[in-house]
Amino acid sequence: MKLFSLIPVFVIGVLLLWAGQDFPKWGDVESPASKSPVSSHFIANTGVDTEVPNMVTAVLADYRGFDTMFETVVVFIAGMAVIAILRGSSVGRPRRKDHEVEAEPDLIVTNTVRLIVPVIQIFAFYVLAHGHVSPGGGFQGGVLMGASFILIALSWDLEKAMSRFPIERCLFVAAMGIVLYGGIGLLSMMLGGEFLDYAELEKILPVSREMARYHAMLGVEIGVGFTVAAIMFVLYANLASEGRLKQGL
Amino acid sequence: MGLEIFNTFILLLLVVVAVTSLWVKDLLVSAVVFGVYSFLMCLLWAEMGAVDVAFTEATVGAGISTVVLVATIFHLRRKSND
Repeated sequence: MKLFSLIPVFVIGVLLLWAGQDFPKWGDVESPASKSPVSSHFIANTGVDTEVPNMVTAVLADYRGFDTMFETVVVFIAGMAVIAILRGSSVGRPRRKDHEVEAEPDLIVTNTVRLIVPVIQIFAFYVLAHGHVSPGGGFQGGVLMGASFILIALSWDLEKAMSRFPIERCLFVAAMGIVLYGGIGLLSMMLGGEFLDYAELEKILPVSREMARYHAMLGVEIGVGFTVAAIMFVLYANLASEGRLKQGL
Repeated sequence: MGLEIFNTFILLLLVVVAVTSLWVKDLLVSAVVFGVYSFLMCLLWAEMGAVDVAFTEATVGAGISTVVLVATIFHLRRKSND
């Protein structure tokens, strides 16, 4: 049976390799992606429209802001789904003990983590706030922030991390992230523009239209960062403890 | 020329790592090798100039998803059946 299933794998592999020859060469200026008017428009106008040097952030948070908003909602729904599936799934089942050792948290590990977690969190804020100028942004900064809480949970135990960031607060922060993103969109709608048309925010911010888009992008990135950081920790906390939310790994 | 060798090396390593992560019986080893796969993809993207994608792959792919997979595997049987 295993050998039999290898045949379609090889056939599809050969087909993909054969189709791959039609791809343009890497960095080819004649390739459809480079020749399309959309990319040349972004390359020419991003810096003029939004004053953001990092084109990727401008496209993600401004030109395609609607798309990114629902990506954030997808992350939120993923966290909700994990909670909905795991909550109560382990009721009545005895907790497996075969990989557990009763021991105090290791001194060397906890002290190293004590030193390293502030650095990770400062770096997360830097990545989030500096996403306009250098690679980074809400998703990466949020994941780094969530990872610092997971590190605390791994080196002490889940209770220690949950005492800093309880699940109820996680869910509140995650929802607030989406509310912040949608709120900036609605605010620009109320000021006379379209949904997520950040340039209209110049009416309440003491800056030009271009800089209003720049600062609104920071606002929505913070919203994305909130949601992603909280949901990453919720995912870990639920999966590591089978939804019990105590005595994880 | 140097970049060609680098790319070829990473791509060959990617194939080896991808096959290995399916081949091994121990799911924990499989999860860790999958993290290695993500990290190699991250290197490849950084080399191609897509630094934003490389950053996301390093944090989400090699970082969080490996931890989440390992956390899940601790509650499963370690050995895969096929």
